Amino acid sequence: MIQNDTIIALATPSGAGAIAVIRISGPEAIAIASEHFESVSGKKLSNQKSHTIHLGYIKEGANTLDQVLVSIFKNPHSYTGEDVIEISCHGSSYIQQQIIQLFLRNGCRTATPGEFTLRAFLNGKMDLSQAEAVADLISSDNAASHQIAVQQMRGGFSNEIKVLRSELLNFASLIELELDFSEEDVEFADRTQFKELLKRIQKVLQGLIDSFAVGNVIKNGIPVAIVGEPNVGKSTLLNAFLNEERALVSDIAGTTRDTIEDEISIGGIGFRFIDTAGIRETQDIVEGMGIKRTFEKIEQAQVILLLVDGPQLVSGNQKLRNTVLDFEKLKNKNPQKPLLLLINKADMLSKDDRLQINQHLENVHFISAKRGIGVDELRHSLLNFVNTGALRNNETIVTNTRHYNSLLKALEEIEKVQFSMKENISSDLMAIDIKEALYHLGEITGQVTNDELLGNIFANFCIGK
Amino acid sequence: MFGEKYDVIVVGGGHAGAEAAAAAANMGSKTLLVTMNLQNIGQMSCNPAMGGIAKGQIVREIDALGGYSGIVSDKSAIQFKMLNKSKGPAMWSPRTQNDRMLFAEEWRLMLEGTPNVDFYQEMVSGLLVENGKIAGVKTSLGIEIKSKSVILTNGTFLNGLIHIGEKQFGGGRAGEKAATGITEQLVELGFESGRMKTGTPPRVDGRSLDYSKMSVQPGDAQPEKFSYTNTQVLQHQRDCHMTHTSALVHDLLREGFDRSPMFNGRIKSLGPRYCPSIEDKINRFADKDSHQMFVEPEGWKTVEVYVNGFSTSLPEDVQFKALRSVVGFENVKFFRPGYAIEYDYFPPTQLRHTLETKLVENLYFAGQINGTTGYEEAASQGLMAGINAHLKNNEQSPLILKRDEAYIGVLIDDLITKGTEEPYRMFTSRAEYRTLLRQDNADLRLTPLSYAIGLADEDRMKRMEEKLNKSEALVNFFKETSVLPKDINPILKEVDSAPVKQSDKMYKPFSRPNVTMDHMKTLPIVSDYITTHNLDNEVLEQAEIQIKYSGYIAKEKVNADKLHRLEAVKIPDNFDYTKLKSLSFEAREKLSKIKPVTISQASRISGVTPSDISVLLVFLGR
Repeated sequence: MIQNDTIIALATPSGAGAIAVIRISGPEAIAIASEHFESVSGKKLSNQKSHTIHLGYIKEGANTLDQVLVSIFKNPHSYTGEDVIEISCHGSSYIQQQIIQLFLRNGCRTATPGEFTLRAFLNGKMDLSQAEAVADLISSDNAASHQIAVQQMRGGFSNEIKVLRSELLNFASLIELELDFSEEDVEFADRTQFKELLKRIQKVLQGLIDSFAVGNVIKNGIPVAIVGEPNVGKSTLLNAFLNEERALVSDIAGTTRDTIEDEISIGGIGFRFIDTAGIRETQDIVEGMGIKRTFEKIEQAQVILLLVDGPQLVSGNQKLRNTVLDFEKLKNKNPQKPLLLLINKADMLSKDDRLQINQHLENVHFISAKRGIGVDELRHSLLNFVNTGALRNNETIVTNTRHYNSLLKALEEIEKVQFSMKENISSDLMAIDIKEALYHLGEITGQVTNDELLGNIFANFCIGK
Repeated sequence: MFGEKYDVIVVGGGHAGAEAAAAAANMGSKTLLVTMNLQNIGQMSCNPAMGGIAKGQIVREIDALGGYSGIVSDKSAIQFKMLNKSKGPAMWSPRTQNDRMLFAEEWRLMLEGTPNVDFYQEMVSGLLVENGKIAGVKTSLGIEIKSKSVILTNGTFLNGLIHIGEKQFGGGRAGEKAATGITEQLVELGFESGRMKTGTPPRVDGRSLDYSKMSVQPGDAQPEKFSYTNTQVLQHQRDCHMTHTSALVHDLLREGFDRSPMFNGRIKSLGPRYCPSIEDKINRFADKDSHQMFVEPEGWKTVEVYVNGFSTSLPEDVQFKALRSVVGFENVKFFRPGYAIEYDYFPPTQLRHTLETKLVENLYFAGQINGTTGYEEAASQGLMAGINAHLKNNEQSPLILKRDEAYIGVLIDDLITKGTEEPYRMFTSRAEYRTLLRQDNADLRLTPLSYAIGLADEDRMKRMEEKLNKSEALVNFFKETSVLPKDINPILKEVDSAPVKQSDKMYKPFSRPNVTMDHMKTLPIVSDYITTHNLDNEVLEQAEIQIKYSGYIAKEKVNADKLHRLEAVKIPDNFDYTKLKSLSFEAREKLSKIKPVTISQASRISGVTPSDISVLLVFLGR
């Protein structure tokens, strides 16, 4: 639908890359971006000239999400002809999503496919030759983008919505009929059946919405938390997986004060490793915050790696006891999650040391992150968690943020209709909410009726184009 | 006899013709109304009622624009009902029962009292067309009358054919001649024509009915009215009555089916599905062995009665026998039998939004000639044709009402864009933004537009502004004034709503379901305000709706605004669709024929797909 509101989407291909560009367009684009951007120069974004680039941070409150470059394009001199902000951020899917979600919470709406181009066209920003190129895109990409959409909606999700939507449409028409013929003797929409239908729709929508969390896991990688005391080599392990110096590594305990994430593909499955600050009790405020976040991250992770320093472990009984306690604690707190105990710096352990450790702890992996010993085996173990089905299920899952948003809105409207039924609110008013629900369900299935058609015009474009 | 040239000639004196003549003349056009029988101006050919669901809103819109239908209806009303009062305000629909003779008389007097309207009684048998432009009309006596524009409002008269059972005869209405010549000439000029069908029930002698066996259908205890002007509210009213058919009645009717023109193939054209004849109802709803019938008086004094719900073209003896089996109709005497009528219409996709034909400049069509049914639909088209004929003659921009501005806008856009296969009747569900198109705010929506083009007078405009200002002030009063729990809780308790603990602005409890203005009026602070500011019911109603339904209204406004964006993408008048090979064949054909004005309109044409629209957008190039 063509609207006057402010839209946001990823303009670069989804997935990890060196950098990613997030595009925001609409009357509030500059104001909203300004609200969450802190320039290194201290200048306010909203006071800056068009066609300028600014280095700074995307902040959510006191929390920095990423260091970014922000480009400003003021209307009408922008791609869409509206005020446009382009944020070049670091390329991890996680960061992209964090930034997009932040703006969605603060007044932006997810752009529908091709909406930027549609706006560009409507604002007279495209000449004929450009527009013809666009037309080629539409005709050539039709089948392909359809297939992508179908792939995105696994396991009959689209069909299920389609069926429910047509049932809802049917009731909507009955209600309309009832309204227009309220003076004549026509059959009325059966309220009991209608309530039952609403309940079914609500259940399906809620299920799909819940699946978004799972869907996100598969799309954005399986989160793996690496937990351990400071300086046990968490960052080194991460680097061993990544083969590049991305995490900050030093010998001073507590160097990694914030969580750092990276995604690597193992056997075709994305794993998102979350390097956390340790869980050591601390007086340091900054580090204390880091520890709190570590526990939050463990919450979100699907797999937990507890990393301990081998030589330290055998240096005294206290250390060993603590590790056993930590292990039990993590296991009890996350009974469903695979938990691996990794003994790092194993190259510095003697045979006796290993025996001693094995006596107290089960199922341990001896590795050396620094020398790359046991890392391959660890990779296999991680894949096994996936292959044993712990993270796999055949249920329908939603992975597309746009679908997710439509589902949320549809559910909201369905709940309004249920409320109206309960409160005995007149059916002509209820019809407004039903129409809105139909609209949002139609956004998912791509069905076109009346004004839904207008929004569908450029629907074959990639999102963000 | 007609030496001078008229600005506007209106052919036909029904609801469409009368409104067209009044509008053009009131705007200053020298206008001639030509009709076959001047005694029959403003006839109610079918039921003696105005308004109803969606139609009542149209009458209010006509009135807000400065048309006469609302005033005439008020002056001739014998009963008033606000339908659907239990539903949301978009569904509230005013309807009057009218004195048929008085209605026609009031129309005639209104027109006679309108400066610039001349009258002439004769059949128009042809049009004067010069170089694709209208030049006037030709009558059956061979008289040529010149004019700048012509508005055709022929109703059911063009080659009208009346059917009663196996009998058929030419006629435009019971007892009136059909009109010939115009269809043939228009087809010659390149117009496409079609046939439609409609029907009407028998009229009977009220003295022969036993009302004690029927249920009484009275008017509202507090009747309202159509017009925003100072017409009078009814002081006393006449009742209608209700009875119903039975299995026996249905069996008796079925006996005549083999002689029914509907079933023996004599009538091929499509009738309205939603105003079916009794034989149609029996046929389509075979499992129902009873249908409602409303018994409606035709006036204050006359004994003639209209039998609503019993429209039929079965043989008169079958009609009579079956009706005598209806409860209360055991001794019924007929004034005249029901009949079906077939007539010529011109698919309205041949028109512009001004109702001017695309083929002949300054020729306008309004009413049943465009495939619509209903007095209100006809009257509103007549009004718009009259307005736009005048505006075009004076080189002013046209008045085109948008779909979120008026039912009239929805009606004309639907006709022009989608055409119609069966007689088109307005429904509230045809309007996407029903909640905006209410009967209570037609004046707020439309009077300023009409005032700007010089039709609605100063008095109307002032009335509207006063209502607007007073209702806005009242809304603010509710938003700014607090109410104590001890004052509001008794009201909340009465409607089973949870009590409040702290004092709050009054609009909050007022917004709750089932709390009404009548409840709020019991608060002294509210009643004082109303008295001090001398607020009438219209203002109270307006404020109540604005407060209680603001969420829904705002939601529909947002949706309507979306539509306006694509309305802004205009398609040039001479756009050549045949060159766009990437359009589907059907789209090319339909777009070439309908010539939509905007992308938005193009997207509403059936058979035009989203991909056609994107191709179109691209090739428009802007």
